Amino acid sequence: MSRIVFLEERCKGCRLCVDACPAGILRPSGRFNRQGYEVMETDGACTGCASCAVMCPDTAIRVFKSAKAKGDAS
Amino acid sequence: MSRTDKCLRPQNDEKLVFDVNSVLNERVTHYCPGCHHGIAHRLVSEVLHELGVADKTILVASVGCAAFTYDYFNVDSVEAPHGRACAVATGVRRARPDTVVFTYQGDGDMAAIGIGESLHAANRGEKITAVFINNTVYGMTGGQMAPTTLLGQKTTTSKQGRSLSNEGGPIRLAEIMAQLQGVAYSARYALDSVKHVREAKKAVRGAFDAQIAGLGFSFVELLSGCPTNWNLDPVAANKRIANDMIPVFPLGVFKDVADE
Repeated sequence: MSRIVFLEERCKGCRLCVDACPAGILRPSGRFNRQGYEVMETDGACTGCASCAVMCPDTAIRVFKSAKAKGDAS
Repeated sequence: MSRTDKCLRPQNDEKLVFDVNSVLNERVTHYCPGCHHGIAHRLVSEVLHELGVADKTILVASVGCAAFTYDYFNVDSVEAPHGRACAVATGVRRARPDTVVFTYQGDGDMAAIGIGESLHAANRGEKITAVFINNTVYGMTGGQMAPTTLLGQKTTTSKQGRSLSNEGGPIRLAEIMAQLQGVAYSARYALDSVKHVREAKKAVRGAFDAQIAGLGFSFVELLSGCPTNWNLDPVAANKRIANDMIPVFPLGVFKDVADE
């Protein structure tokens, strides 16, 4: 399974990643970073499409794609 | 080693498919949550990284929210007076013809106070690239009306909404640039969706390709969101770009002499 990592101290809680995720597996976590912004969390099967990272204005997301997952990403 | 450090390394069968490059500084930006400047910065940095020209690139920063652009790129930079980035870039490029020079300007900077300098630099065919961020307001100073403000849009200086008879209509700079003989490349794309962001990157690449090929002035306009001054949340601001801005500012490449 592919996965994403949030660099939580970069996050500004804008939720554009939540809106962009085609699998709908991102959500606000209820936790806050040192800047005072609510950070996001992921729950579910990530396809590694990197839509969230492309839309993140603060480059707070890194995407790791599993070799077994084929297809749907560029 | 913290938990985050460990998970930032690819595990057994994994590949890192999204990472930032060395041209983009790691510093956290001063922009508001949901501001598209961050996406535009990433696109420009990726193009400079792909072209391998970052070490001979000179950025001319403008005035506005993008005034601190020089903090976010690992390239040499000059700060220009308000609106004069294209004039400063003209001097930089003529003095150092071996470099790649680009300006990064907002609509208040390039389309208002600096429209004279910008159009004349374009008309002279200066071999520079202008990245133009169009978010329909003056962002840094508190959401005043810009030349690109949409008709009917309420800002702090157009309380009743912009009207055609009183304030005129929004300036479509990409189309104006495409009319000028010295311009080699003019395009407009948006940063509101994954598809549009990927298209926008191709346009930024096209603009830098035109400069490096020595074809003339290259211009790329990026429709961006300003959630703070639009009084919208970032997701609603993206919808406004799609529903309100793109019909007024059509997307596409308006001129590309490399293709002709």
